[in-house]
Amino acid sequence: MKEKAVLEMRNIHKSFPGVRALQGVDFTLCEGEIHALMGENGAGKSTLIKVLTGVYTKDEGEIFIKGKEKAVIIRSPQDAQKLGISTVYQEITLCPNLSVAENMYIGRTSSVYQNWKKMNEDADQILKSLDIPASATQQLASCSIAVQQMVAIARAVDMDCKVLILDEPTSSLDEQEVAKLFKLMRDLKERGVGIIFVTHFLDQVYEVCDKITVLRDGRLVGEYEIKDLPRVQLVSKMLGKDLDDMSDIKSEQSAYDKEDASASVFEAEGLVSNAGIKPFDFYIKKGEVNGFTGLLGSGRSECVRAIFGADRVTGGTVKKDGKTIKITKPLDAMRNGIAYLPEDRKIDGIVGDLSVRENIVLALQVLQGFFKPISKADAYKFADEYIKLLGIKTASADTPIKSLSGGNQQKVILARWLLTHPEYLILDEPTRGIDVGTKIDIQKLVLKLASEGMSITFISSETDEMLRTCSRLVVMRDRKVVGELSGEELTQNMIMSTIAGGDNNAE
Amino acid sequence: MQNKEMKSLSESVMKLFRKQIFIPIAALLVLAVFNLITDPSFFKITLGYNSVGDPVLSGYLMTILDYGSELAILAIGMTLVTAATGGQDISVGAGIAIAGSVVLRVLCGTDSRPETLQAPIIVAFLISCVVAMLFGAFNGALVAYFKIQPMVATLILFTAGRSIAAWINNNELPIISDPTFSYFGGFIPGIPVPTPFFIAVACMVIIALVLKFTTLGLYTQSVGINESSSRLNGLNPAFIKFITFVILGLCVAVAGLIKVSRLSSINYSVIAKDIEMDAILAVALGGNALSGGKFNMTASILGAYVIQFLTTTLYKFNVQSDALSAYKAVVVIVLVVLSTPVVREFLSGLGKKIKAMIHVKEVG
Repeated sequence: MKEKAVLEMRNIHKSFPGVRALQGVDFTLCEGEIHALMGENGAGKSTLIKVLTGVYTKDEGEIFIKGKEKAVIIRSPQDAQKLGISTVYQEITLCPNLSVAENMYIGRTSSVYQNWKKMNEDADQILKSLDIPASATQQLASCSIAVQQMVAIARAVDMDCKVLILDEPTSSLDEQEVAKLFKLMRDLKERGVGIIFVTHFLDQVYEVCDKITVLRDGRLVGEYEIKDLPRVQLVSKMLGKDLDDMSDIKSEQSAYDKEDASASVFEAEGLVSNAGIKPFDFYIKKGEVNGFTGLLGSGRSECVRAIFGADRVTGGTVKKDGKTIKITKPLDAMRNGIAYLPEDRKIDGIVGDLSVRENIVLALQVLQGFFKPISKADAYKFADEYIKLLGIKTASADTPIKSLSGGNQQKVILARWLLTHPEYLILDEPTRGIDVGTKIDIQKLVLKLASEGMSITFISSETDEMLRTCSRLVVMRDRKVVGELSGEELTQNMIMSTIAGGDNNAE
Repeated sequence: MQNKEMKSLSESVMKLFRKQIFIPIAALLVLAVFNLITDPSFFKITLGYNSVGDPVLSGYLMTILDYGSELAILAIGMTLVTAATGGQDISVGAGIAIAGSVVLRVLCGTDSRPETLQAPIIVAFLISCVVAMLFGAFNGALVAYFKIQPMVATLILFTAGRSIAAWINNNELPIISDPTFSYFGGFIPGIPVPTPFFIAVACMVIIALVLKFTTLGLYTQSVGINESSSRLNGLNPAFIKFITFVILGLCVAVAGLIKVSRLSSINYSVIAKDIEMDAILAVALGGNALSGGKFNMTASILGAYVIQFLTTTLYKFNVQSDALSAYKAVVVIVLVVLSTPVVREFLSGLGKKIKAMIHVKEVG
């Protein structure tokens, strides 16, 4: 174990049925250090954190903590706490209806007797020493989200923590609140606490962190000093693409040459929703495939959700064929020929207990209206047609959709929207978590539909997938549109450098 | 050969066992067999004459068909509410008191013992429908738009409903002497089958048509299973939840008419007492998840009659009405435990074992 290290994880392995989530990952955290843990979705960040906090037990590997000679065994979150490992999660896990002090001390004493006065005094002292603007007797719900987050940290710190894990603490905070949180983090760093900071915001990493560990596909990519790793390099390490890797040359795109290059089918101006994105402009032409790219949390889903009316639109106009249309709810968008395949299949896509057939006809049925139910015979006809067309593997059209595999569920949702014969199809991460064969099927289908005149927006975390399908890419960073790439500019290098931010171009 | 027959038999039994409607059917069969063994005269139906001299059918089975009607009608609405909201309305008993009180108030006018009806019965009924649907809308608005838990939201009317009912009639107990009013809860002269049964059948036909010719079923189930995804498919989940409560309000009005017609009067604190629990039970007995989602309307209605069957059986054995709920509770526990996934898995595992045994025999 290194001299100043408070935590050392060696050769950690963890598998789930069908997935090897972690394969021989090492991680070292020193005293008084803020260490960013970076990686795209599925890279293994949260699995590593959960192994460390005892939510999962590791299959293999050793964990060392400062002050313990032997490797420690962490089987439960309680074990982790006893060893001084505290976690503050993205969503607040405190009780909003209790007071601040109660939240800080809940579940920490085994005695029946509770000295309330002392507890409140202690709490006030800690809050004061950490400069947190809250009082011990205040109800937690009356604090702002940032302060609640800080109280969670105060609770963690007071438990003699040596290692503090902050899992996406800033995703629901505004800029000023983030600044306050960073000040608190720096204070703790001064006291010698080691902090693991998980975030998707690159700017924040470069603002507050000392070191970066990058994971990809369950493997360690490397550990770097922040000053040695420019942003572009970091992005390329996260995405797993070498900057000079030009082998990924764009496939032929002759299939969807646009004859009427001028007319946009849909246009948006200054569109903004309540999901926290900056206003953006947008257009798409007939038969065009474009994409939103950016790291996770950069706001690409929020943009398309705003177009579809899935989030509450707070400003901006949308035009269809030059005429202004009003989209306040998904049904408005559907009536205007827009279809949206949502990012989170489980939460927003499937209706689990209903059959494949019912899931396929749902959107068309809603469009037809309450008094015109699709007859069972027609529903079977549609279902069978699309099961065949998309090659959906299901026992029958009556099978509940939840018993299908992820890729087949996705195809059912795709069938649902294709059945409405949309003019504009938005696909948000249609290929996430599904097997390679299905991925290619979906990409081919996208190109085929576009050549038939459908406008499509395709969003994917995998850049090469986007390059293969899209003719124009809107690049986003930190909930803002920061650039647009098309034609010659569509290369891995350009995408990465635009994602990373202007000043730090490819070296 | 015999084994093969057994195998196909066991397979078809297993198939039925997995069907949702199996639960109420099995319960019905158990009750029927029990009565057949203890006293076959339970199933006897006799044609007699009532005090007015009209022919009426009587017997325990007729009692079940008669008194199960209100419950069956309520079960229709309760099933929809359960499916869409994943919660239940516990104010239907109080709602019946209100609806019944409104009927009497309109029929009596200002006099609590009128010689003649002050308004046509159909008018009184329609007004009570509107009132009951408004109260349903109140519940529905609390649940759908203010996102209050259904049981908590309907607790308000559960508590206040009977007082409101009494207030509607200035706390008097009106009595209707007109014989035509008693037709709805009794018999129409010349027809030996009790009228409530016809009303219940009419309600079932209407809901069957609604489910066939509108998308109510798909929408309520979809909202109950996944609200977020329903919204992204263009549905308005809040409105659908709201409308199920309004439909339940209509069911309450119909049940209310039958209830007051039976007595030609009303007793605010006793009328339709505890009927909400029976209605919820009917839904559960039908094998529908009380947490919402998929539903089977036929099974719910069958469940309602199973409960009435049970009640009538218990009455036949001279169980005191106070003790009735204790017996019902035992039955409920058994049924609910039997329908839990744990037990079902165990039973289907058992079925597989039996199948394997048969297979071994065959091979051997």
